Amino acid sequence: MEQSVVDVKDLSRSFGDKTALDRVSFRATAGQVYGLVGSNGAGKTTLLKHLLGLLRPTTGSVRIFGLDPVRDPVGALGRIGYLSEEHELPEWMRIDELMRYTQAFHPTWDAAYARELLETFALDPSSKVKDLSKGMRAQTGLIAAVAHRPELLILDEPSSGLDAVVRRDILDAIVRAVADDGRTVIFSSHLLDEVERMSDHVTMIHQGRVTLSGALDDVRGSYQRSRVHFVDHLDRAPVLDTALAMDGGGRSWTVIHSGPIEQFRRSAGARGGEIVESRDATLEEIFLARAGRSRQHTEVA
Amino acid sequence: MDITINLTDGVPIYRQIVNQVKYLVASGLLRPGEELPPIRTLALQLKVTPNTIVKAYGELEISGVIHKRQGSGTFVSEGRPQQVALRERRRVIEQRIDGLLAEAHQLNFTAEEVLRMVRERKAAMDESTAAPAEVRKELSR
Repeated sequence: MEQSVVDVKDLSRSFGDKTALDRVSFRATAGQVYGLVGSNGAGKTTLLKHLLGLLRPTTGSVRIFGLDPVRDPVGALGRIGYLSEEHELPEWMRIDELMRYTQAFHPTWDAAYARELLETFALDPSSKVKDLSKGMRAQTGLIAAVAHRPELLILDEPSSGLDAVVRRDILDAIVRAVADDGRTVIFSSHLLDEVERMSDHVTMIHQGRVTLSGALDDVRGSYQRSRVHFVDHLDRAPVLDTALAMDGGGRSWTVIHSGPIEQFRRSAGARGGEIVESRDATLEEIFLARAGRSRQHTEVA
Repeated sequence: MDITINLTDGVPIYRQIVNQVKYLVASGLLRPGEELPPIRTLALQLKVTPNTIVKAYGELEISGVIHKRQGSGTFVSEGRPQQVALRERRRVIEQRIDGLLAEAHQLNFTAEEVLRMVRERKAAMDESTAAPAEVRKELSR
C-alpha cells in the first residue's frame, strides 16, 4: 500500500465535557489535494491542530509520515508548512527578519523561491509585521509556510476574509506545491466552489464527525439533484426513499438524493411523482443537504 | 486555450476540460501539432487542482486526441479522426447499455429479454416512421 502522508485513526478529542472530534479517521497520500469542509465549530481547526501536534488526542492516533507529531514534533513539523486562519506572526519582527528566523528551522529553505514570492506580492522586506494589512499578513505567512518546500502543506481557512487578489496568490501556491514538487495539500474552507475546484478529495465534518469523505468526483457522482412533478398538490415535503433534502412546494419539488436512482424513482412514483430532470448535485447542494439532515445516514458508495 | 469551467451543471471538471479540448480540436481552433499548455499553467489559469488536468490530459491521450512528447510537452495529434470518433461513439453507447442492463436487472429482466425488447421497439419504430428512404437507411445503419 502507498505510504500515507497523514493517517488519523479513530481520533476523539474532548474539551471538558464538550466533544470536539468523535472517532475521526482521515488519510492523505502524496501528491493529492484534500479539501476539508464543515460549518464553523464543526471541528476542522481541531483536526488540523492534531496533525501539527499542537493538541494531544484523547483517544485514537495521529501519524504524519509515520511519526507521532506530539512525541516527535521536530521530525514531523520540519516537513510541514502551516498557515493558520488568523495568520499569527511575531508582531515585532520585520519581514526579512521573519524570513531569516523561519529559515533557521528549515534546512530545505529555498531562498530564491522566497525572494520570488516577496517580489510577486510586492512586499517590502523592511516592513514591520505589525504594520501589515490583513492581505499582506496572509502573503507573508504564506511565504513562511511554503518557502521550505514542505512535503505537507496545511492551510486553515486560507481565503477567509481576503480579497480576490490574495486568494488567487494562495491558490497559486497550492497549484505550484502539487504541480512542481508533487506535494500534499490539506486545506479547510467554507468557500465550496473553491473546494470543488482545488480538491482531489473532500472530507465533510459535522459536529465533530466525518459525515462524508472520498474522491471529489465519486462524491459528486453519488448524489443527484432531481426535479420531481407530482400529480397532487403537496402542502409538505413528501418522505421519499434515498432523499436527503427537499425544496419547493405544491406540485413541483427539487430533491437531493443518493443511492440507486431507480429506488428514488419508484418511491416518487408511489406518491404520484415523476422525475422531470436529473443531474449530479454540486458540492454546495450536497453540503447543505448533509448539514441540514444529518440524522438520516445515507453513506457514499 | 479558451476553456470555461461551470460548477453548476453537475459535470465533473476533468470531463468539462476533455469535452472542450475535443471541441476545440474538432472545430479547428486547435490544430494538429499545436502544443497544449503545461499542466501547471492550465491549472493556474482555471484555478483547479493540477491532478484534474493530469486526469483530463490522460483521457485525451487514451482517446488519441493528444500525445505527450518526452520532455517537450503535450501536442494535438495528427489526423485519424475517424478512429477516434468510432471509439468515442462506442464509449457513449456502451455507457447507455451498461445503465440499461443495470436497470433491467433490478426489474428482473434477463439480457436475452432486453435484446428481444430492443428488436421489438426497433420494429415498432420502423413501422410507425413514415420517413424518406435515406433517413431510414441512416437509422438502420
